[in-house]
Amino acid sequence: MLEVRDSHAYIGQTYVLKGVSLEVRHGEIVALIGANGAGKTTTLSTISGLTRSRRGKILFRTDPDGTQRDITRAPAEEIVGMGISHCPEGRQVFSDLSVWENLLIGAYLRKDKQAIQSDLRWVCELFPILGDRRRQSAGSLSGGEQMMLAIGRALMSRPRLLLLDEPSLGLAPILVEVIFEMLEQINAQGTTILLVEQNARMALELAQRAYVMETGRVTLSGTGRELAENEEVRKAYLGAT
Amino acid sequence: MMGWNRLRWFFPMLILAGAILVFVLRSTMNDYVLSIVCFTGINIILAVSLNVTNGFTGLFSLGHPAFMAVGGYVAAILTFPVARKAMLLPALPAWLAAQQWSLLPALILGGLGATFAAFRVGFSVLRLKGHYLAVATLGFLIILQVLITNLESYTRGPLGLNGLPMLTNLWWVYVWAVITIYVCWKVKHSSLGRSMLAIRENEIAAECLGIPLARTRIMSFALGAFFAGVAGGLWAHLVTAITPTTFSVIMAFNLVVMVVVGGSGSITGAAFAAVMLTVVVEVLRPLEESLEAYGISEVIVAIGLLLILLYRPQGLFGSQEPAFVVRQRQRVSGEVGRASSYQNGKGGGIKSIF
Amino acid sequence: MGGYIAQQLVNGLILGSMYALVAIGFTMIYGIIRLINFAHGDIVMIGAFVTLGLVISGKIPFPVIMILVFIAGALMGILIERAAFRPMRGAPQVTGFITSLAIAILLQNLGILLLTAQPRNFFCPDYLQTIFNFGPVSLRAIDFSIVVIAVVLMVFLVLLVRFTRLGMAMRATAENLNVARLMGININRTIMLAFAIGSGLAGVAGMMWGGKYGQIDPLLGFVPGLKAFVAAVIGGIGSIPGAMLGGYLLGFGEVLFVGLLPPIYSSYRDAFVFTTLILILLVLPTGLLGRKTEE
Ligand SMILES: Nc1ncnc2c1ncn2[C@@H]1O[C@H](COP(=O)(O)OP(=O)(O)OP(=O)(O)O)[C@@H](O)[C@H]1O
Ligand SMILES: [Mg+2]
Repeated sequence: MLEVRDSHAYIGQTYVLKGVSLEVRHGEIVALIGANGAGKTTTLSTISGLTRSRRGKILFRTDPDGTQRDITRAPAEEIVGMGISHCPEGRQVFSDLSVWENLLIGAYLRKDKQAIQSDLRWVCELFPILGDRRRQSAGSLSGGEQMMLAIGRALMSRPRLLLLDEPSLGLAPILVEVIFEMLEQINAQGTTILLVEQNARMALELAQRAYVMETGRVTLSGTGRELAENEEVRKAYLGAT
Repeated sequence: MMGWNRLRWFFPMLILAGAILVFVLRSTMNDYVLSIVCFTGINIILAVSLNVTNGFTGLFSLGHPAFMAVGGYVAAILTFPVARKAMLLPALPAWLAAQQWSLLPALILGGLGATFAAFRVGFSVLRLKGHYLAVATLGFLIILQVLITNLESYTRGPLGLNGLPMLTNLWWVYVWAVITIYVCWKVKHSSLGRSMLAIRENEIAAECLGIPLARTRIMSFALGAFFAGVAGGLWAHLVTAITPTTFSVIMAFNLVVMVVVGGSGSITGAAFAAVMLTVVVEVLRPLEESLEAYGISEVIVAIGLLLILLYRPQGLFGSQEPAFVVRQRQRVSGEVGRASSYQNGKGGGIKSIF
Repeated sequence: MGGYIAQQLVNGLILGSMYALVAIGFTMIYGIIRLINFAHGDIVMIGAFVTLGLVISGKIPFPVIMILVFIAGALMGILIERAAFRPMRGAPQVTGFITSLAIAILLQNLGILLLTAQPRNFFCPDYLQTIFNFGPVSLRAIDFSIVVIAVVLMVFLVLLVRFTRLGMAMRATAENLNVARLMGININRTIMLAFAIGSGLAGVAGMMWGGKYGQIDPLLGFVPGLKAFVAAVIGGIGSIPGAMLGGYLLGFGEVLFVGLLPPIYSSYRDAFVFTTLILILLVLPTGLLGRKTEE
């Protein structure tokens, strides 16, 4: 579905991605783990078009039998329309907008009024709290609620591929469990997920496949289980001694 | 070490060459040309001193003409002949009405007056950052204009003071320009100057290095103001008149243009840009008058600035002094100074400090 | 005395309406790209001259002229954004500020170059000059129209921003450019729209300015522009209701300062306005209705 080939990217003057390659197949949950500053967030933002890569290719295919499109140079606002939704690091809901408006703006490019309504209902079933708080400004939600709103907002564009950046950031463990369950559900309903996580243990459990990044490069890849059992990964990310 | 030897000789030679040039100009040129050269010199003083505030420390001030006005009025009132004072400024307090100073002490007191104003204003305003500071200093400029216009017993309001003795000549301007450049150069290459550059690049990092932010900021503001005050005095005694409208937003703009075009932080750049801008404006002036195309020089300057901002935002010289003035730029820029090259896109010197 | 004060308050309302219209543009542009656009005041001047040109050139009815002036202001705003601000997006804040100052100087002096610095008489149709008396307060039809039109435009704007898809996109863009892009919002278009609406309103304010004061010149926009900026800061720059509130507060404040204090102080009017600015910046940098944010 998504193929990143040897992507090189700079942020300002800093050389951040030094040749990242990865692949996401239809229906998968793929995890991307790595230390702070490894370039995970940057990888997602080169995919979603917020950061331009200097070299390399990013290819995307909406359906298994559809044609493959080169989205390397496409601007962020067009990439959403192609079916990739990026839920950014640190939630970043629009705090001045109401909860409801945040969800509606997630569907900004869509014209199908009926379907938007049913998707709103779907998101509110996934995260009932959002329905209860719909008139409230998003800034007044708690951190966990904002996370749900951010995921809900990202889902409102009906993505085929959801890019999630650290959904567990700053959440209570119990809430993390809830969110991860939701992700599984969302995936089961047909959305492919590329998940960046610090919580490597849970991410590797959830994901079918995973990549490990270190200083701008992918250094390891494999199925979630393989990596969870890998000696280096255990030492570096799972806290094994 | 070579660089220092070069420097030791370079500056005295340059000063001497300048003095010879002044001498030659004064004995060959007519008054019109000389006055243009004087204006150029005064603009050099203004641009180089504004560069301390705007360029070194990155405090974007539009208030420079205000300090110039303070210095100009103080000096003008002090040198104004007693007889004319009695006529034009009858409401002046007696002790002041009896004063008639010569130029040098009047200039210095004018400069000190401007410095004092800078301390007063800077104390509160310098907490602001970026464009808010710019707006606040612009507000200060307008407030000061209003005050000058209304303090009629000292300033004769909108009419201004005219018939000042023409005390400024090229020698005065030259000496003050040299002093300004020398002092600003010394400051730039002292620890105070490095603190200023560090604040410009990264306030938080500078604070972590133990640099006193408030004090350094106000020092750079006040230092700039002193020379602006002196320049105001020179200006008043060159034009032989002083009115509140001279110290306008346009003037603030032109001074900022000099700093930006020269390259924020570069003394050579500021001086060079001052010369260039004065010459452009003076060359265009006759054209403006003969074609009645008023405004054309401002239009050209504004377009020039826009082009520079677009295509060479770091200015002509960046924040450095060009190689023909200083060979060993690392020595003079110092460690933190090198960090400034980072933002100017000349390579990542930043690693060398952390 | 009561009548005098009532008259002053009405004058404040008129002045405040014009400040508010201009302040809205400052605040919209600042809200979205964090730029203090000093050239904004000069759109007022352009609006005034376009009006004059249209009035002279033929028998176009005034309401149509107003629409044309709005369009002219909007086009000017778009032109400035495209030519100067867009290429500099991402540059340091102060660069944008210097750019806007350069454009302000450029527009003023182009005005002087093309139209000369001589003030020109502004024409208003007779029906706008009719004087109405409401008790002690006397009003020209034009004064009345200024307030009504300003209020109508502001109501429109508030509705647009609060309740339309476009308004939602603008608010989202103002809060976070990058995330707005992730939603599929074309931020270039949104920014252009903010410039267009803000500048259009400033153009209309210029038309009002000419009608109110009867004379126009190429420098007329700068000081009112600065004052409108002060109004935007009072209200909390970035907030549209704040700009409206700030505009009226400043209008009333200025008129009362001149009207109630002994005449000797009236020449300190501008000093009063800018002292207010500095005080607000120091004491209440987010203004009355501004969001408490970074910076
Ligand atoms: N705006 C920026 N300016 C300069 N450098 C940046 C910027 N954003 C990111 N970087 C650098 O790029 C590198 C990669 O950053 P990135 O945010 O992609 O890391 P990450 O893997 O997401 O880290 P984390 O797990 O902490 O979120 C880091 O070294 C970071 O310092
Ligand atoms: Mg990250």
